[in-house]
Amino acid sequence: MSSLPWLHPERVALLQQQLRRRILIIDGGMGTMLQGHQLDETGFRGERFAQGHDSTHAHDHPGDCDLKGNNDLLTLTKPEVIRGVHDAYLAAGADLVETNTFNSTRISQADYHLQHLAYELNLEGARIARAACDAAEAKTPEQPRFVIGVLGPTSRTASLSPDVNDPGFRNVTFEELVLNYTEAAHGLIDGGADVIMVETIFDTLNAKAALFALSELFHQRGVRLPVMISGTITDRSGRTLSGQTAEAFYYSVNHARPLSVGLNCALGASDLRPHVQVLADTADCFVSTHPNAGLPNAFGEYDETPEQMASVIAGFARDGLVNLVGGCCGTTPAHIQAIADAVRDIAPRALPSDHAKAA
Amino acid sequence: MMSRHTRLSGLEPLVITPDLLFVNVGERTNVTGSAQFRKLIKEDRYEEAVDVARQQVASGAQIIDVNMDEGLIDSEAAMTRFLNLIAAEPDIARVPVMVDSSKWSVIEAGLRCLQGKGIVNSISMKEGEAPFLEQARKVQQYGAAVVVMAFDEQGQADTCARKVEICSRAYELLTRELDFAPEDIIFDPNIFAIATGIEEHNNYAVDFIEATRELKRRFPDTHISGGVSNVSFSFRGNNTVREAIHSVFLYHAIKAGMDMGIVNAGALLIYDDVPTELRERVEDVVLNRRPDATERLLEIADNYKAKKGEVVVENLAWRDKPVRERLSHALVHGIDQYVIEDTEAARVATTRPLDVIEGPLMDGMNVVGDLFGAGKMFLPQVVKSARVMKKAVAHLIPYIEEEKARTGEASRSNGKIVMATVKGDVHDIGKNIVGVVLRCNNFDVIDLGVMVPAQKILETAIAENADIIGLSGLITPSLEEMSHVAREMQRQNFEIPLLIGGATTSRAHTALKIEPHYKSPTVWVKDASRAVGVAQSLVSKDLIDNFIAKIRAEYAEVRERHRQRGNGKPLVSLDKARSQRFTTDWATYEPPQPRQPGITVLDHYDLAELRQYIDWSPFFNAWELAGRYPAILDDDIVGTQARELFKDAQAMLDQLIAERWLTARGVIGFWPAASVGDDIQVQLADGETVTLHHLRQQVDKPVERPDFCLSDFVAPKKADKPDWIGGFAVTAGIGIDAHVARFEAAHDDYSAILLKALADRLAEAFAERLHERVRREFWGFAPDESLDNNALIDEQYRGIRPAPGYPACPDHTEKATLFRLLDAPANTGIELTDGFAMFPTAAVSGWYFAHPDSQYFVVGRLTREQVDDYARRKGWSREEAERWLAPNLDYDPD
Repeated sequence: MSSLPWLHPERVALLQQQLRRRILIIDGGMGTMLQGHQLDETGFRGERFAQGHDSTHAHDHPGDCDLKGNNDLLTLTKPEVIRGVHDAYLAAGADLVETNTFNSTRISQADYHLQHLAYELNLEGARIARAACDAAEAKTPEQPRFVIGVLGPTSRTASLSPDVNDPGFRNVTFEELVLNYTEAAHGLIDGGADVIMVETIFDTLNAKAALFALSELFHQRGVRLPVMISGTITDRSGRTLSGQTAEAFYYSVNHARPLSVGLNCALGASDLRPHVQVLADTADCFVSTHPNAGLPNAFGEYDETPEQMASVIAGFARDGLVNLVGGCCGTTPAHIQAIADAVRDIAPRALPSDHAKAA
Repeated sequence: MMSRHTRLSGLEPLVITPDLLFVNVGERTNVTGSAQFRKLIKEDRYEEAVDVARQQVASGAQIIDVNMDEGLIDSEAAMTRFLNLIAAEPDIARVPVMVDSSKWSVIEAGLRCLQGKGIVNSISMKEGEAPFLEQARKVQQYGAAVVVMAFDEQGQADTCARKVEICSRAYELLTRELDFAPEDIIFDPNIFAIATGIEEHNNYAVDFIEATRELKRRFPDTHISGGVSNVSFSFRGNNTVREAIHSVFLYHAIKAGMDMGIVNAGALLIYDDVPTELRERVEDVVLNRRPDATERLLEIADNYKAKKGEVVVENLAWRDKPVRERLSHALVHGIDQYVIEDTEAARVATTRPLDVIEGPLMDGMNVVGDLFGAGKMFLPQVVKSARVMKKAVAHLIPYIEEEKARTGEASRSNGKIVMATVKGDVHDIGKNIVGVVLRCNNFDVIDLGVMVPAQKILETAIAENADIIGLSGLITPSLEEMSHVAREMQRQNFEIPLLIGGATTSRAHTALKIEPHYKSPTVWVKDASRAVGVAQSLVSKDLIDNFIAKIRAEYAEVRERHRQRGNGKPLVSLDKARSQRFTTDWATYEPPQPRQPGITVLDHYDLAELRQYIDWSPFFNAWELAGRYPAILDDDIVGTQARELFKDAQAMLDQLIAERWLTARGVIGFWPAASVGDDIQVQLADGETVTLHHLRQQVDKPVERPDFCLSDFVAPKKADKPDWIGGFAVTAGIGIDAHVARFEAAHDDYSAILLKALADRLAEAFAERLHERVRREFWGFAPDESLDNNALIDEQYRGIRPAPGYPACPDHTEKATLFRLLDAPANTGIELTDGFAMFPTAAVSGWYFAHPDSQYFVVGRLTREQVDDYARRKGWSREEAERWLAPNLDYDPD
């Protein structure tokens, strides 16, 4: 599959050129920004979903369903809000923005009886991000902006049993996940994503299903997109939820020959450091990280300031660990701007293959 | 180009580097190879089937092969169920899985269950190139390595030429058509049964070995594997001969480049362990060296057949091995019974006695070091190995001295390390363990013992031309002393690396308070298992620069983080903290009056009684076995070692109690007391008033959570309630020195360390037991309390017994007041050092508080304001206060 041509060869060349030149900035969290809008149930529903279901779709369930909290639905009901978040991050200096599609899979949308929207949410999510990036790039052509099409973890895990009494039980299969991810990825590609990122990986088997889906999809379409992969170390034990170390995680996904591998979410930057270091030491590809703004406090809020976070991430950068940095839960445009400022003059991590050439 | 190592994973990585030599793939979870496993799967006994996998990993399988190919089993369902079950077992799932089936659909079912990167076993060109490539592409997409069997449209390859030809064609196809990573290709050139009586089969092993050699030459990044037990198929029923054949076959195949194999990881025989006669005849068969080889093996085969029902009492087979092997066996297994006679045999056989050390003994210890480094041996075993080593070396020393006198030669070591517990501190269990482990790894260790002043350490380092200095300490004042040593090293222009270790040391403290004072490498060593790696990196010209660059970057980062944190959460003023003190309605509180005020001495306390109060968890932790007692005894990883250690500990306890090795002595006292601000005033019988000084938390907390100070738990003077405070000092270490010396003289560090650790536990148990009696009898405020040992360990009782130097009262110097009140040196034999450490080290002292709301807390960081206030109360200068409270300062002193 690595022999397939790129779908957007000139965009890939541009991205790789930028990655060799400097540390690129990924945008920050979507959730915190949306909270600022204080949207209520009506706000989430918009016109099309005013009755708590899709008025353009024949539902096979009775009645309505609360839609507040379905952030991905805002792509359809409040596209200007989503666009506003992208614009804010681009203005703060982000080189790459992530589509609002973290939960835009059949499995996750089924919680709202909106599973039929999966393709549409990904398509529109990518389109909004595409328009935002194109507008920003038109203003500052010397700084190209890229759309990351996001494939989230879904709400189920393929290698963990939800039933403590039956460790062999699974509530989702590899095949189901492959179908979910294939549909979502179709939407992201059709909507104009430059790269696809499989992110917030709690369970590597879910990610492998996503990577399998992508490679099959690329194979079918005869063209491919660069793939970014970002795992999640869930706590200070230093393992993913499904129990892997960072190094084992990388070996499990490296077959996709990703553009980058990295870690995001769950921990703050300083707690992530040893694991980012492992990736920097072992990965053949670029390394990314977009941590949370610290650990959640007693109120579930993230309170690491932009300055604190930027200073830790600048430490990563100075030690040559990273190629792409950004933020996850609790981060804001102010965090992203501080991070962008802090790493601006620091050289990116060199790829091991570049090292070998120089030696 | 970077080296292309195969990188597999379960929950943990497995990188196949050349130094792994041979990767064991466990074969017992295979229904075609194991009748037992087949039975379990057929009868749906999956829990037991999972145990088979666990045993495989425990006996050293680095990968496990799973095969469900059996006509009466729904193979896809069985594969899925089994892999899902083992995914939930971290001690199994840590290794990669080899999904083994001749049916592609079963392989795919297996791949869909693996979060890690496993191996497919196998695909081939049996059906032609197109299906072969299609399957290989799928393998790539699932993210696995692949075993390619030497099988094509014409059939399975049996000759060397066919094996090489088919594998080469497969390699070209995979790499050219699919860009398949060469390191993810594993060839299986077919191992067939030999000695079957059919002449054409005689050369099968040779064909495999020669094909292996040629394939490794052509494609060095690939691997060669095979199902080893096939080769001996004709001897089924005779496991001794089968294992001998496997061993000899592997010996030659591995030399030719075979680097992976499906084997019964628990039953691998060492080549040298095969009896000579048997080995020679097996070798004739394997290497096809003579036409009558099969007959000749058959002639003797029955002699080696294990008899049914034979009970193996003690396996002393290793005693028949050559002396080199015996020494290695003794070292790896920690058996010191025969070591002197074996060492002597080895010495007589060589020209120089030193050769015995540098040869077989060092080789054996290298094995130990490797196993320990790889987490396959645990600390108690290593210390036992070291005991064997020490005894062997002690036997050789006179001969070596004699030879040295004759020739003037000396042995070469990895490097010389001067180690010491710093001035003011007497704790040395951890340091002794590190010393043992370093010696095992061929470092010269000069151990200066405990309470060693800086200048003596430095002078020794110069005199001995040491390569490294190592400092250890347990109590907090030692941290300051270590900074002092570092400053002195800088002032005296030292350039050798400085290692820091011990329970209260930390990366943060080393980075903040020690490393900045010394320009040469300063490295914190977390525990004994890290010590060797660190020391080796520091003495290696190739490693030191990178290593130190990494450490320095890490410490710089720690400092940066600390600076930020310092600014992050400011402390509150002392006034604010005091206004938020813990308080209670003193008017309604009736302080309990002790039944037995004044001093009570308890001499020769019954150790058998104390034994039941031992909290075992810290004992195991002292040996770097992580876990809580008693669960640790059944722990999957360290359980065996924990049980063995526990058994040794129980045996020693029996003996030390029966033979009265140790004497336990204690003293308690109760005095009228009242709190005045953060101090407590104690009224002695002779009318003297003694002031106890305490420190207050200054953490910014919500109003409902107090900033504690221990004085809060004693009724204030103005409340006019007659309250009391208690104190205690106990030891279980009187008399220990003679026994430790006895063990050390016998080169038995294991027993010496074990005894010290037990004495520590007994002292803690004494403190626990006495506290219980204080609550029930001596102070008597809880006469009806009845708690079991777990409840005691979990502190489910009224009242506390905080110790000076620990988090609730971090100033060690207050111990001097406590000791004066108790007249502890005279009543118990415990002395205080300059640094206020207690000696013997197996000792515990502290205060008793009876208030029902009294609780343990951490004073934590202090502002200069409180330090100044405390200095005034103590009659100290600010500098003195800052020195004693150094670990708690929230600021950098001038």
